[in-house]
Amino acid sequence: MSDADRSIDDRGTDAGDKTELERAGDVETAGPGNDFDPVQVFPESEEMDLRPGADDCYKCSTCDTSCPVAEVDDEFPGPKFQGPEQWRLKRQEDHDIDETVMKCSNCMRCDGACPSDVPLSQMHNTARGEYVQKEMSKLSVEYWRNRTLANYRRLAPLAATFPRTSNFVMGLGPVRWLGEKLFGVTSEREFPEFATETFRAWWAKRGGTETSRRRAKAARAERGEEGSEKRIAYFHGCYANYNTPEVAKALVRVYEHFGYEVMVPEQRCSGTPMFANGMLEDARRAAETNVDELATAIEEGADVVASCSSCSMSLRQEYPELFDLEGVDDVAANTWDAVEYLQVHEDLTGELEETSVEGVAGMEDFAYHAPCHARNQGLAGQTREVLEPIDGVEVHDVGDSCSGISGTYGWKEEHYDTSMKIGEEMFEHMEAADAEAGLTECPTCSMQMGHGTGYEITHTLEVLEAALVGDGSDGGGARPDR
Amino acid sequence: MAIEDDVLVIGGGIAGATAALSAADEGADVRLVTHKESTLRNASGLIDVLGYLPSDDADGASEGPLVDPFAAIPDLPETHPYRTVGVEAVREALSFFDGILGDAYHGAHTDDNALVPTQGGSVKPTARYPRSSAAGLASDPRDALLVGFETLPTFEGPLAAAHLEAAGVPFQARGVTLSFPGIVRDDAKVTRYAHLLDQDEAVSRDGTGAREALAAAVQPHLEGEERVGFPAVLGDEHPDEVRAALEAHLGVDVFEVPMGPPSLPGLRLEDRLYAALEAAGVEVRSGVPVVDYESDGDDGRIDRVVVDRNGAEIPHRADQYVLATGGLVGKGVESNRERVIEPIFDCHVPHATDRYDWFSEDAFGEHPFARFGVVPDGELRPRDGSGNVEFENLRAAGAVLGGYDYAAEKSGAGVSIATGYVAGRHAAARSTDARARVATNDEVTPQ
Repeated sequence: MSDADRSIDDRGTDAGDKTELERAGDVETAGPGNDFDPVQVFPESEEMDLRPGADDCYKCSTCDTSCPVAEVDDEFPGPKFQGPEQWRLKRQEDHDIDETVMKCSNCMRCDGACPSDVPLSQMHNTARGEYVQKEMSKLSVEYWRNRTLANYRRLAPLAATFPRTSNFVMGLGPVRWLGEKLFGVTSEREFPEFATETFRAWWAKRGGTETSRRRAKAARAERGEEGSEKRIAYFHGCYANYNTPEVAKALVRVYEHFGYEVMVPEQRCSGTPMFANGMLEDARRAAETNVDELATAIEEGADVVASCSSCSMSLRQEYPELFDLEGVDDVAANTWDAVEYLQVHEDLTGELEETSVEGVAGMEDFAYHAPCHARNQGLAGQTREVLEPIDGVEVHDVGDSCSGISGTYGWKEEHYDTSMKIGEEMFEHMEAADAEAGLTECPTCSMQMGHGTGYEITHTLEVLEAALVGDGSDGGGARPDR
Repeated sequence: MAIEDDVLVIGGGIAGATAALSAADEGADVRLVTHKESTLRNASGLIDVLGYLPSDDADGASEGPLVDPFAAIPDLPETHPYRTVGVEAVREALSFFDGILGDAYHGAHTDDNALVPTQGGSVKPTARYPRSSAAGLASDPRDALLVGFETLPTFEGPLAAAHLEAAGVPFQARGVTLSFPGIVRDDAKVTRYAHLLDQDEAVSRDGTGAREALAAAVQPHLEGEERVGFPAVLGDEHPDEVRAALEAHLGVDVFEVPMGPPSLPGLRLEDRLYAALEAAGVEVRSGVPVVDYESDGDDGRIDRVVVDRNGAEIPHRADQYVLATGGLVGKGVESNRERVIEPIFDCHVPHATDRYDWFSEDAFGEHPFARFGVVPDGELRPRDGSGNVEFENLRAAGAVLGGYDYAAEKSGAGVSIATGYVAGRHAAARSTDARARVATNDEVTPQ
């Protein structure tokens, strides 16, 4: 606080005298003058001590009202139980983690709800990790199904090597049927298509950081910003690399337009699907690589930006909550949502004031859904505000409902119905909005939006690219039909 | 670069939303930042102005329930926020708020309080009540059946009915306890009940929807009553549809009894306020706290506040600021072992030095902590210990203000609306003045 050392008001008390309780019952209390010594109740533990968080919960149930799963499934006891209550229970020797923790979709809305800052999602993540470690059979189909879904990044390179074959095979009815019967992956959903060229392949072909440096420098000269250094490290995550490279390319072009040199460090999955599946060891390994690489980029003067709201959430919040790694706080404090970064560091509104996307393919009025993980970063509403000045595009916010897919959650055969029930409200609002296409920043939200309405879904960065850069002026090609 | 607006409102409850709407209504560019979901979830959803006068006699008995809350305002202590803004401002603010509520609330036709039965069977004096409770007024002579559910222990139909009769209501009340079709778990959340009815989910093998199934469960228990009261879980998104369907099935009026937390009428009110904010062009950002501020040196103005977004500190600048962070529950007023504080700007909050003097030994006694909060000047700007304004461009609204005990007086929403409205109006006027000054300074050559 800036000037917090003011004297305390002492009107109307007999300061230094006995307290009312002492006067009443001749007891010693810890009023002024009596030192209070807190007592250590539990032995020091090596594990994360979440007791202060559990103690801060006063059972107001606000989190329960914000939980999308509890709203559609009474078998799920809700975040208040999964967090503080479960944490207390499992301190008893004979008490195992309740299996319902696997019904939590890790949307993290309870974090944004709790008035007492109870670290609910952190509690859920640790409980889920413990459940998978201690309770779930390592030989079960469920375990390997979850592990495969959580580690999609591991399989993606194989699929990306033969994208057309993969897309064809994964789209076959019998394959999807088998996937459900043998593996518990719902046959209701269509697998996302793999791009014929990954973003990283495109990036290397384009000349990597060298090319970006040259282009950024030229842009700065044009903007009258010579002599300045502007640099970002792009955490593209898996989806923009393997499935929607057009989003990643849009980020590169938009940032270069503002004069930023883009670096694309070595990286692994952000860990989001691993947290949600209780695979904390897998997540930690991925985090070690990411923190290491990104911390190095930060030392080189870059800020980290992510185009996927769950990736930025993971780097900013889950990493420091779950992993005690060198540089983790530094990475968290210097990571941004890609649009947020531009809004804070550039005159984004001013630049967009005179732009238009009238007649650009794929640009129309959008029904916008703010992903839960964007909402938790204080970003709900940002997209509508940022795109407002652009001519030829209207953004209709479809409200604060959860899309229901929550990454790998809605892909599991046993959660599919729950996922669609949660999404119902969003589908209704999308249908009611004055638009025939969707807009969001989260890959799996976009799958759910498309799945529930049949709309084409666009990423905000693609709209910014269309407004500021036009279609790819560097051989990147226009948007492929999806 | 900072994010810049004319007016920045900190806090997203009734006071914050009203302040933002009132400033936007005057043409200011407004942004509202709120750390967490609002405490409206803990609110009944009723809009109280004043139900009881605080006692000034030794036995601690308050005067009430009051018939006309506006007439009683001049009898409040001078330090009460209503006295600060004046009774005319309270009226004006409420009428502004009525415009936001539209036809979703009743009670604007009279100055008098309505009497609304609540979950325990007590009767609460309130100025505005949701349409869903309109058929349930205690002044209505029609007999009522109160329906509770086995899995929802916060509302006991028979107990509430007995309480109402003991309170001397002019009708016969009877209560029953049923099982709610489609819910088996004891710990199902209130949002689950609401969702079942909203979506009219099938609750039995033959595909019967939740609405019809609920009506069918109630039907045999009707003994000529002309209205049926349920705990307030009848839908979240589509409460009017749910009620209409039940009324069509049962052939009698259906009403909701306001409940304790977590409360759906409170959630619906929040949705309505946030829809109004969006329509008014107010930029709302939730989930991130204001953690610090910078003042520009000696002229006692706040230059910017710092919003913490998961570790990134984002400066927000505005010409005028409104502090609407709530009281002890909303954490706009906090305490530690030594003192009571307003955590963002460290505005002065008067309190006794000895923390054992912050409360009364009697659970329902006159607790000093209930009145903790900042002390405003006539424009609602918080004052320091010497009575000087803390910051020239900071105003406070709602439960962060001290000097009133909303729980005892039943004045929570009313004070938030009145002070939010006044703070927003002042903030907008000052920021418009500032803009005009800038504009005239910019004119190089007069046309």
